[in-house]
Amino acid sequence: MKRYWNEYQKKIADDKFFYERSCIRQTFFPGSEAAFLKMLREELGKDIYDEANQHTCTGIGYHSDIVPLQTTMTVVARLFALMTEAGYENYVPSCVTSFGVFTEMVEMWKHNPELLEKTRKILYDTTGRTFEIPKNIAHPSDIIYKFRYELKQKMKYQLVNRFTGKPLRVVEHIGCHYAKIFPKAGVGNAEFPYVLAGMIEAWGGEVIDYPERRHCCGFGFRQYLVQENRGYSIANSKKKFESMEPYEPDFIVANCPGCTMFLDKWQYTIAEMENKTYDKNGYGIPVLSYEEMAGLLLGYDPWKLGLQLHQVQAEPLLNKIGIAYNPNEKFTGVSGKILPRPEKPHNLLV
Amino acid sequence: MDGKIISIQVAIIGGGPAGIEAASILSRYGVQVSLFEGESKWAHNIGNKFKLFPDFSSADELVQTLSQKIVENQIPAYLSTKIVALEKQKNAWVLTDEQGRSYVADTVLLATGYDIFDAKRKEELGYGIYNGVMTSVDLEAMLKTGKITNVLGEQPQCVTFLQCVGSRDEKIGNHYCSKVCCVTAVKQAIEVKKMSPQTDVFVFYMDLRMWGQGFEELYREAQEKYSIRFVRGRISEAASTFDDRVQIKAEDTLVGQPLKMSTDLLVLMVGMEASCGTKKLAACCGIDGEYGFALSKQPHLADNQTAQRGLFVAGACKRPMSISDAINDARAAATEIVEYLKIVPANKK
Amino acid sequence: MDFGFTISKPRSIEPTEAGKEQLRLLEEQVPTFRRCMNCGGCTATCSAGHFINFNIRKVHNLYRWGQYKELDEELQKCMLCGKCTLVCPRGVNLRSLIIHLRKALNKDHLSNDFQHFIRNNNR
Ligand SMILES: Cc1cc2nc3c(=O)[nH]c(=O)nc-3n(C[C@H](O)[C@H](O)[C@H](O)COP(=O)(O)OP(=O)(O)OC[C@H]3O[C@@H](n4cnc5c(N)ncnc54)[C@H](O)[C@@H]3O)c2cc1C
Ligand code: SF4
Ligand code: SF4
Ligand code: SF4
Repeated sequence: MKRYWNEYQKKIADDKFFYERSCIRQTFFPGSEAAFLKMLREELGKDIYDEANQHTCTGIGYHSDIVPLQTTMTVVARLFALMTEAGYENYVPSCVTSFGVFTEMVEMWKHNPELLEKTRKILYDTTGRTFEIPKNIAHPSDIIYKFRYELKQKMKYQLVNRFTGKPLRVVEHIGCHYAKIFPKAGVGNAEFPYVLAGMIEAWGGEVIDYPERRHCCGFGFRQYLVQENRGYSIANSKKKFESMEPYEPDFIVANCPGCTMFLDKWQYTIAEMENKTYDKNGYGIPVLSYEEMAGLLLGYDPWKLGLQLHQVQAEPLLNKIGIAYNPNEKFTGVSGKILPRPEKPHNLLV
Repeated sequence: MDGKIISIQVAIIGGGPAGIEAASILSRYGVQVSLFEGESKWAHNIGNKFKLFPDFSSADELVQTLSQKIVENQIPAYLSTKIVALEKQKNAWVLTDEQGRSYVADTVLLATGYDIFDAKRKEELGYGIYNGVMTSVDLEAMLKTGKITNVLGEQPQCVTFLQCVGSRDEKIGNHYCSKVCCVTAVKQAIEVKKMSPQTDVFVFYMDLRMWGQGFEELYREAQEKYSIRFVRGRISEAASTFDDRVQIKAEDTLVGQPLKMSTDLLVLMVGMEASCGTKKLAACCGIDGEYGFALSKQPHLADNQTAQRGLFVAGACKRPMSISDAINDARAAATEIVEYLKIVPANKK
Repeated sequence: MDFGFTISKPRSIEPTEAGKEQLRLLEEQVPTFRRCMNCGGCTATCSAGHFINFNIRKVHNLYRWGQYKELDEELQKCMLCGKCTLVCPRGVNLRSLIIHLRKALNKDHLSNDFQHFIRNNNR
């Protein structure tokens, strides 16, 4: 595969980051954000601030037409105020939707200074806070991408099948709001963002370029929120699975909370509804966040990364890479408490 | 010629059909002309084609005939001489080439033509990424070999054309129509069918602009005789399939339904942009118009003159046009130049 | 398992080899059909289409793509008045086309008269 598209590079700050967590990620991928902070602090020696008073960016409500624009602007402004107060200038939102929202608000303020003034006033009148617009807004996947070679030096494993010696074949999926709203905000631009592909290639894997690669996962906020609409939401993921199936991917990696969750959980739903799985053995295709992918290669404990909370279980993948894990500790929580065991699905093997 | 400055009556920049035709007419009128071409061959924008619309005549033969005109009229003509600067100094124009040589001319005709649109700029169409995606110019090269093959070297089951690549597209900043690509697609579709009758051929268009004599008939023949399918809709995305074909997505806007299909070859009908030379030299002398094309003084009565005295324009450096348009335009420019040389005494230019 | 929704089926046209073969046959039977340039003259003048939801141009286009669903029923709306054939600027023999479409889509619907028509109106 030729790839000139990675020629487009965006500006990503070097150090001194203000981290904003995602609303949903800690439920679905509970170890990802902690792993990101650990990588930045311990592996790369960076300064990253984890603010205790943070809150939603309103992204899901905003995109579902529940939260009005001015509210979103003010909420975003408050988050920026927290950053300003903490003495930081580089904003790092964990969620791709937040990343899209922040980029969009800043762009709107640039073109409509009166909106910025109004937002400043509302924020000041209601909270007494003031804020600076970040110098740099980067998604954590941008940062991991930027330091992929530095991290590689610390990695214990590679994206290589230890039985065959061949590179693992990986499907990468980029959240729509990472680069489709503002192509210039994405590494490698919108059509073929290079942010995840760059990590995969640097760490020994091979990117699968399948026909529906650029298709949306179907998350589409107001679609999946309404139960009756989910059939069309899931159909998008199904279209992607069908398209990637012949390439026999070893796993899927995504940089958006919604995509990672959907591509994982919908495999269960499709298996239950249609008795169809998209790997040969009936286990489904494992789906990882990029932090989980990096964390595994760095030798972090899969259970501390929270892989047991995924729908498609990771053991076959761990075995392929040769990652050591203790099966008996799978359901022991970080605190040492024994977690309840999930029910077994009818069709999807676990 | 190194070191000394060469003095010329009329310098013609660009050795395409327009430049060569103007040079040969002027020299037949007894005007002393010199012809400069940046590439190592005459009329390379013709030489890279197989057969030409509207009559399927040979492109190589046209290049030969044009080159012959240079020889017959004993025109001082320089290949591989790219002019990089053009400047008015007192009553004369000073041309500078890439090697730093200078030429002084009383009058200049700009005939620097076009470059094809760089299809890589439409990333979603996969040119330069997927082997099955090619441009109309690449297809001409394949037609010259006399054989149509897919990426595996086999006879293709399906060849698909997409119109307006790089034209009529605000995303890349070209609002204009490139004029020649519609009929070129019809011509190429027929050529593919002639060489490979079993192949299904589709042409995806937004509008079919069959403006010239015989063009509409050619379109009708493509449908009637060759069963070529014309589909109104723009292909939005191309991707590679598992078996190395190209998957395309479009809408058949005439039934109002999205469409997904795979094809062995996707041919992008790339548009015409002002050539690098056109952009640069027109800007040098302040006659750069929209999209970097050279701007004439007035579209009806002074379409070969420019805002600068003694600087004339002809051919596709002004706007997309066909060969016959370019040649007629060159003849018109030659007439204008003859008139100009007659009325302006040597010391008053 | 019931999740309270069903998975939507794709609605995009995905041409098949079989569909292409059907079209090839039809084009052999009614060669003038190849010339259609989708001007919509036939639909504009159609005696039926002015009163019921029937678009003859769309019907024959859907057939081109192998989208046969409900086309047979659609074509029952045609009164075979032949007005469309009169107006077509590309000389498409629409009446013949419609008969052949009906035949291809459902042979049972054809009366002996129409079969006679087909035999005698091949072009
Ligand atoms: C895919 C395609 C197919 C086509 N097929 C046909 C067809 O079948 N029939 C038809 O009638 N038309 C066809 N055309 C259009 C045809 O190519 C043009 O009409 C014709 O080439 C225009 O002639 P021109 O002399 O004005 O410009 P050009 O042919 O572009 O010639 C300009 C010349 O100037 C030279 N030049 C540029 N800058 C400089 C510089 N700074 N110094 C020196 N030299 C310079 C260039 O190298 C070039 O040789 C086609 C076009 C395309 C894109
Ligand atoms: S000539 Fe046809 S293909 Fe070319 S730009 Fe114009 S409309 Fe598009
Ligand atoms: S023959 Fe049928 S389709 Fe044609 S005008 Fe009459 S009713 Fe309409
Ligand atoms: S009138 Fe003729 S050309 Fe026009 S859409 Fe109908 S069949 Fe086609």
